[in-house]
Amino acid sequence: MSEPVLAMDVRHPADGVAVIDIKGEVTAACETILMSAYDEANSRSAKLIILNFEGLDYMNSGGIGMLVTLLVRANRQHQQLAAYGLSDHYRQIFELTRLDEAIAIHDAESTALAAV
Amino acid sequence: MTSPANDKPLPRNAASWAAKVDHLQVSAEQSAAGYNIQGRRVTGPQQGFGKLWQRTYSTNLGDAIDPKALIADWKLHFGDYWPDGATFHTAITGVAPGAVAPIGIDTGAGMTLATGILVLYADDESFTFMTPEGHMFAGMITFEAAAPDDGTLVEIKILIRTNDPLYELGWPVMRRREDTFWMATLANLAAHHGVPDAVVTESTTCVDRKRLWSNWGNVRHNAGIRSGLHMVTAPVRALRRSSGH
Repeated sequence: MSEPVLAMDVRHPADGVAVIDIKGEVTAACETILMSAYDEANSRSAKLIILNFEGLDYMNSGGIGMLVTLLVRANRQHQQLAAYGLSDHYRQIFELTRLDEAIAIHDAESTALAAV
Repeated sequence: MTSPANDKPLPRNAASWAAKVDHLQVSAEQSAAGYNIQGRRVTGPQQGFGKLWQRTYSTNLGDAIDPKALIADWKLHFGDYWPDGATFHTAITGVAPGAVAPIGIDTGAGMTLATGILVLYADDESFTFMTPEGHMFAGMITFEAAAPDDGTLVEIKILIRTNDPLYELGWPVMRRREDTFWMATLANLAAHHGVPDAVVTESTTCVDRKRLWSNWGNVRHNAGIRSGLHMVTAPVRALRRSSGH
C-alpha cells in the first residue's frame, strides 16, 4: 500500500539468459516494477531468469508472495528461475518458505550462469 | 549486526521473520489440539496441488482506529474475532514470528478438523501465516492495515492452492465457507472498533489454472482424513490410558 522503493535493471549476459538486478525494497507494492522487469527479460525469449539480490535492502512477506506470482509466470513460459546475492537472512527465509525448492539459489552470478 | 557468513547487515525487519524451522513443533500445552501439525513442514503455494488463487477481503474503518493500533489488537485477540465454529489456539507468545498455533474447525459433520498455522512474519502493520502439510490450503495469508488516503483500510490477502486432490474436489464448497468466515471476521473486527455497519468486499483472481499433479501425494497428510481417524480411535486411546499403557 506504500510507495515502492525499488529499482530493477535487466541485463542479458548470455543467449537465453536474463539477469534482473534488484535494488531496494521488495514488497507487494513493487509488483508493477517486478512484472515490467520480467516482461523486459522475457522480450528476448530468456529460458533462464536470474534474480540478483545483492542490492536488496528489505523484503516483507508481501515480497515473498510476489516472487511466488513471478515463479508461476515463469513456469507458464517453461522458464527457470534462479537467484544469487541473498544474505544469509533471506536465504533462510527462502528455505523456510520452501521457495528454494523452485528457485535455485546460487552464491554468485557466475555459478548461476554455469548452471544453464 | 551482520549475517555471519557474508557480512551483509541484517535488514531492519529481521526480527519480524520466523526463524528457519524444518518441522513444526507444538508445545506440550498445545499437543492435544496440535496432533496434526506436530512434525509437519510448512507448505508454500508451490507445494500445493490445486489452482492458485489470490483472494482479498477488505473493509475501511475510517478514523475509528489507526493501523498500528488495529494490528496490535488483532495480534493480541486474533481468534476472538473468528465467527463460531472455529478455534484458534493462540501460542503463549501470541501472534509473534515463529509461533505455531493449532486450529480446530467444525466441519458440521460432528467432527473437528485439526490443523494449524505458522506465523511467518509479523510487524506493526501486518502479519502473515503459512499453512502446514495436511491443511486445506498450501500458501500464505496476510492480515494488514494501512491508511492510504481515507481512513484505515484493513485487508486479508490470501495466496493459496488446495493442498491435495480431495481438497480440490471440495474447493467450490470451501470457497464459499472461506467467504463467509473471513467476511464475518472482518465484520467482527470492525464492530469491536466501533464500526458496526462496515462493508466488507471480496475479490478473487486465479493466478495459475494449472494443477500441480506431482503433489497429489499430499493427500497422505490430509488433516480431514487424519482428524476423522483420530476421532474414531479416541476410545482406544482412552482405554490404553486407563489401563496404564
